Amino acid sequence: MTSQPPETPEAATPATAPATDVLRAEHMGKRFGAVTALVDVNLRLAKGEVLGLLGDNGAGKSTLLKILCGFQQQDSGTLMVNGEEVLLRSVDHARSLGIDAVYQDLALINQLSVYHNMFLNREELRWPLLNNRAMRKTAREHLDAMGVNIPSVDVEVARLSGGQRQAIAIARAVYSDAKILLLDEPLAAMGAKEVAIILDLIRDLKRRGDVSIIIIAHNYGQALEVCDRINLLQHGMITLDKKSKDTSVAELNDIVVAEYRRALQERQRT
Amino acid sequence: MSNTTERSGMLAGLPGDGPGGTGNGTLDRLLRGAGVFGRQREATVFVVAAALLLYFGLTNPSTFGSRINAIDLLSEIAAPIIIIAIGEVLLLICGEIDLSVGFIFACSPFVMFYLNEYFGVPALLAIIISLAFGVLCGWINGFLTVTLGLPSFITTLGTGFILAGFALYTSHAESKTIPPATIGYGDWIGTGPWSQFIWAVILVVIFHIVLTRTSWGLHTIATGDNQLGAREAGIKVGRIKYGNFMITGFLGALVGLQVAFYNNTIDPLAGGYTPMFYSITAAVIGGTAMLGGSGTILGAFLGAIALSTLIDGFDIVGITANVLPIIFGGAILIAMIANVQLARLRAKGRT
Repeated sequence: MTSQPPETPEAATPATAPATDVLRAEHMGKRFGAVTALVDVNLRLAKGEVLGLLGDNGAGKSTLLKILCGFQQQDSGTLMVNGEEVLLRSVDHARSLGIDAVYQDLALINQLSVYHNMFLNREELRWPLLNNRAMRKTAREHLDAMGVNIPSVDVEVARLSGGQRQAIAIARAVYSDAKILLLDEPLAAMGAKEVAIILDLIRDLKRRGDVSIIIIAHNYGQALEVCDRINLLQHGMITLDKKSKDTSVAELNDIVVAEYRRALQERQRT
Repeated sequence: MSNTTERSGMLAGLPGDGPGGTGNGTLDRLLRGAGVFGRQREATVFVVAAALLLYFGLTNPSTFGSRINAIDLLSEIAAPIIIIAIGEVLLLICGEIDLSVGFIFACSPFVMFYLNEYFGVPALLAIIISLAFGVLCGWINGFLTVTLGLPSFITTLGTGFILAGFALYTSHAESKTIPPATIGYGDWIGTGPWSQFIWAVILVVIFHIVLTRTSWGLHTIATGDNQLGAREAGIKVGRIKYGNFMITGFLGALVGLQVAFYNNTIDPLAGGYTPMFYSITAAVIGGTAMLGGSGTILGAFLGAIALSTLIDGFDIVGITANVLPIIFGGAILIAMIANVQLARLRAKGRT
């Protein structure tokens, strides 16, 4: 997991090198039987960038995410990771390249403590036993360093709020050396205070500069708040690619509302 | 712990609400210890078991309190339930169940008998193979459940019937006497008055540590709590389930040998559903959720003691055997209700 491929020169020269794409998808297509989920997706992610992937239900966001994290394979198109073409065979394969997806509800084990979750399947051992002391200490240090506030790393994850759980899932991915984070609806069903926790965490990661992030989101306002760039996915294609400062909630809304209108008119015609 | 937990919900993310007590080692540890003790589901069952023991001991000091009865209660009645419950707890935690373990219990001494008597396999090897037979049965349960995707309830219902038939058919439904060559080893396994209980205690200690202090235990909990999440984290969920079926099979075979040596008889009708259901009852009374993800072996141990005390105590008090199941069923339900409700009250007191 910790084995970063050696072909990442960016790691050594962060400031001087021009913004390089850590991830680049070209002409990605994916069909499920008669349904075409992705038609022709072109997407790039620069090092240290936070990209917001927006789109309606059924636009293909989930499919794209599953392909990018190695859970499914595309039918057509190519994927470049750190400038090298790869076909992600599995989630483990993607993870070995530093790509890690964080799902809101699937990631954590509720009945285990925060530090056991942080170290799940990477436990530190004093063979044959768990080295709980070391894991507790490292987890606390790592969460402190990332600015994640929780009362104690001994608390069962079930007792934490949605924002805290999400923060821990992200911290865990970062701790496991993820360089490209795919966050699936990290802000869904959260209160304002919770959203603030995650937005803060993402900003902190942005400041560090070594982690690139794709955020899948529904809420345009929140996405514009934290993302450098916005991609809008419609009908399996990216229909808008703008810097956050060059677009607005109103513009994004208009595009999607126009789409609804078109769909409505089509229905009325038939 | 209760305070900080509540505060975290309200003040999440605000500065100053930093990680609890990093700078205050001793106090932190004390608080954590107190919190952990207060949280122990075992505490309730411990009180129930101790109260039952006290009650029967004080009301019937000469009979219930005798050494002979202590052996009956702990070695004969409780030990098989305890040992099988260890396996069931592990399985229930990772979201499975084994109904066949009582029939592995019935078969394993026959395997030893046939190998030694009919095939001339040396006694020690015959014993080891009969234990391995239990592991193999567990593997088959794992294969059918994990690899072929049957629900474990059905898997082990099926394998249980087959094993029951195996014991009856091959023995012509007749009991056998323990082969003389194996008797020397039997002393180590179950012949002595206390040996079964000592085994039970040793196994409880070992598997309590396995469950709470090793990666295997952590992964077992993760598998039962959130199988998808566990798989996401790279845990080989299938391997965990296979392993716990095999542990349960091994324990079932061990109990089978113990009981056979203790009685100096191999009975095709030994084991069966009763000890299995008792051990699941013990596990549940001890705080193992049937939903997966939570459970304790210490709790199951105490649950088995409470259960065995009821069985033994009713017997000694002389309640007619015909009513016993009614009282027994009622007692189980009351113990369960008390446990569940107390846990609910404790949870309410905390938040």
